Amino acid sequence: METGGVNTSLPKSEADPVSPSWWLRQLDAIGGHIIHFVRTVEGLVAFALITLGVAFTKFNASARVIHPLLRAQIYRAGLRLLPMTSFLACALGLVIIGQMVALLTRVGAQNFAGTVMVTVVVRELGPLVAALLVLARAGAAYVIELGTARALGEVEALEALCIDPIHYLVLPRVIGLALAIFSLTVYFILVALLSGYLFAFVQDVPLLPGDYFKQLAVALTWEDFALLAFKTCSFGVVIAVVTCYQGLAQPLQIEEVSGATTRAVVQSVVACVLLDVLFIVVYLVM
Amino acid sequence: MNENVSLAGVGGPVIELVNVSVGAGGRPDSAALEGINWRISAGDYWVVGGLPGSGKSDLLATMAGLYRPLSGTLKVFGSDVAELSEDDFMAARLRIGLVFESGGRLFNQLSVAENVALPLRYHRSQPGVEASERVKAILDATGLTPWAESTGGRINLARRQRVALARSLAMSPEALLLDNPLGGSGLQEARWWRDFLAQLAGGHELLRGCPMTLVVACHDLRPWADQGKQFALLKQKRWLAVGGRAELTCSDEPLLHELLATEFGVGQPGG
Repeated sequence: METGGVNTSLPKSEADPVSPSWWLRQLDAIGGHIIHFVRTVEGLVAFALITLGVAFTKFNASARVIHPLLRAQIYRAGLRLLPMTSFLACALGLVIIGQMVALLTRVGAQNFAGTVMVTVVVRELGPLVAALLVLARAGAAYVIELGTARALGEVEALEALCIDPIHYLVLPRVIGLALAIFSLTVYFILVALLSGYLFAFVQDVPLLPGDYFKQLAVALTWEDFALLAFKTCSFGVVIAVVTCYQGLAQPLQIEEVSGATTRAVVQSVVACVLLDVLFIVVYLVM
Repeated sequence: MNENVSLAGVGGPVIELVNVSVGAGGRPDSAALEGINWRISAGDYWVVGGLPGSGKSDLLATMAGLYRPLSGTLKVFGSDVAELSEDDFMAARLRIGLVFESGGRLFNQLSVAENVALPLRYHRSQPGVEASERVKAILDATGLTPWAESTGGRINLARRQRVALARSLAMSPEALLLDNPLGGSGLQEARWWRDFLAQLAGGHELLRGCPMTLVVACHDLRPWADQGKQFALLKQKRWLAVGGRAELTCSDEPLLHELLATEFGVGQPGG
């Protein structure tokens, strides 16, 4: 019977989750996500290669302008984060390392303290915490700065003055972030290992400072130092490339900057974790 | 009205467009202007009028080398840009200054003096003292010395536009392209701009007395009617030469009458 009312129900093919058209739409959505992902990776790789090319061809060009920018980025992403890094290193040292040393001692495995510390703090916790800290404090700000500069036409103004935006805006950030994350990681590791032992010490754990540091020295190999430097610099490069890409590579309106910032943070975290997995494989192979 | 260049001055070629199409916003998929034939010679003072959105900014950006032409030949100082190496193209571009509209796109993190000094320090690696002398001379000439230490965001739109002019003069270009420089300016500021540009066209001491080639794009021709030496219009994706000052007043082109009679809103962006 005709009711005359508005039919708000979906057609059967759209509502039915087992109909062919429903599956086609799901496949379409998945395909769209895959294409978007591939294009993003393609854009990031292209941007990284362009930056690398500029780094090789113009590294020492316009040193009077670029070197102060580089120092400013190291100060901003490195030195200014020392108080926060100290706090986090102490807190994680107390919470994780102190408890771990106490636990190992309780089960009579205090001889493995050094190995566990190197694995947990030097290889994993230090680089990742430093990278995430720099991403939160400096990386997100990069997207906002560069996205706003792009939206306001400052990047075109640089080009009008024949100033390469990659050289002027991106290169100091990439090098600055790489050096900053490396330095902060080293600082984080030292403070975390020290504060962790202090926590264990006040808990009357029978592990002398000399024994503790001797175990650390024995557990550390030259590969740890080399891979630590390589890994932390890689984190810095990845974060800088992703954040600069999201801020600069596409024309943005002011209202799109916040979305670009969110995308950059998510992509940076995913990229760092994937890179970390890659380094774990390298450690396991070695 | 003439779509072909016929008003070139007697100086050497500065910028020459042969059947050039200009992309809207630099995009390759849509043309803002098509079939432009235009020769700008040393010492010319061109004023190009067009309604907002007619492609003035895109035309100037293409002439300054920011965008590649969609088709046709763009020559800068006699050389086809498509055949220039990257370094030669850069060197040619440095001889042409571009002043953007709507506040000049200053670098807001930098002070006024740093904005002006940036191209000097980047391209010539001038030490602080040498660059600062040049910057001081430019700021004095443009009346910006009291705001030398202010950042771009802390000065008004008209002064920002002046800073953009000062910044573009830092490298002593031989030609200057100005996109709607009077946007957001009051009467007094407009008078200053016209006087200063007349000095540049006649040979300012900042440029060691060399006359500068000027191209002004605007959507209100009235302030420029007694300034420019050559006039042109942008209409329906076409570049149309008007002539000199005499032709400006006796032309029967409706758009010309509109641009000479209409007062657009202060600070309204062009196009």
